[in-house]
Amino acid sequence: MNDREFKELGEKLRGAIPPLRQPELSRDLWPAMLQKMNEPRVRVPWFDWALAAIATAVLIFFPGAIPALLYHL
Amino acid sequence: MDLLQRFATGDLDAFESLFRQYQGAVYRWIVRIVRDPAAAEDLTVETLWRAYRAHARFRPDASFEAWLRRIATNAALDHLRSARRYVPLPADLPAGPQPDTAEQAESRKAIRSALDSLAPRLRIVVQLGLIEEESYREIAESLGISESAVKLRMFRAVRILRKKLQQWDVKP
Repeated sequence: MNDREFKELGEKLRGAIPPLRQPELSRDLWPAMLQKMNEPRVRVPWFDWALAAIATAVLIFFPGAIPALLYHL
Repeated sequence: MDLLQRFATGDLDAFESLFRQYQGAVYRWIVRIVRDPAAAEDLTVETLWRAYRAHARFRPDASFEAWLRRIATNAALDHLRSARRYVPLPADLPAGPQPDTAEQAESRKAIRSALDSLAPRLRIVVQLGLIEEESYREIAESLGISESAVKLRMFRAVRILRKKLQQWDVKP
């Protein structure tokens, strides 16, 4: 592909999808930021941790289960 | 202690000052990638939130804007990858100065579809490089890759685009 073809494709793209030269932000986003900061953090229930611990223990004590697990993932 | 040093220690007032100073620049960068003003606003907040959470990793002697741009590019890429893997370009994008003939409208539609079909990591390079005409250096910095990697992605993306447009009988 030469430079001319490359340039032509660029022009074609810009013709179909005009560049956004200087898009301006229409509002202050700080209030949205404060809202995001005050959102409660997602808490992982204790039984999820227990399940993860059991799964880890199974993999440590029964490494033969790893290929079966990978097969099912 | 200057603003960036205070930010690096987690000072919320310093973060607010930097937020107000850079929110416009971050938005302008993101909206040119996702081309959706509402999504770009959400991603601007997400970018600055990620930056605040990572304040301890920021080196005050480095460029804050370049650091933010890299976080913003990653957030925009995550957005393009989310949901259905690809986010199609909004159908109500501004048209050119001349009204379209049926053939031109068809051609524009085909070009947009071809661009939508690219993997996000290729699409972002085409949008920033060929449509927004950003330099390879700027794209490379924002993606955290080398200029030659950007050129390679551009070459691959253009080859795919040309092939698709030829298939659809649109002269690339």
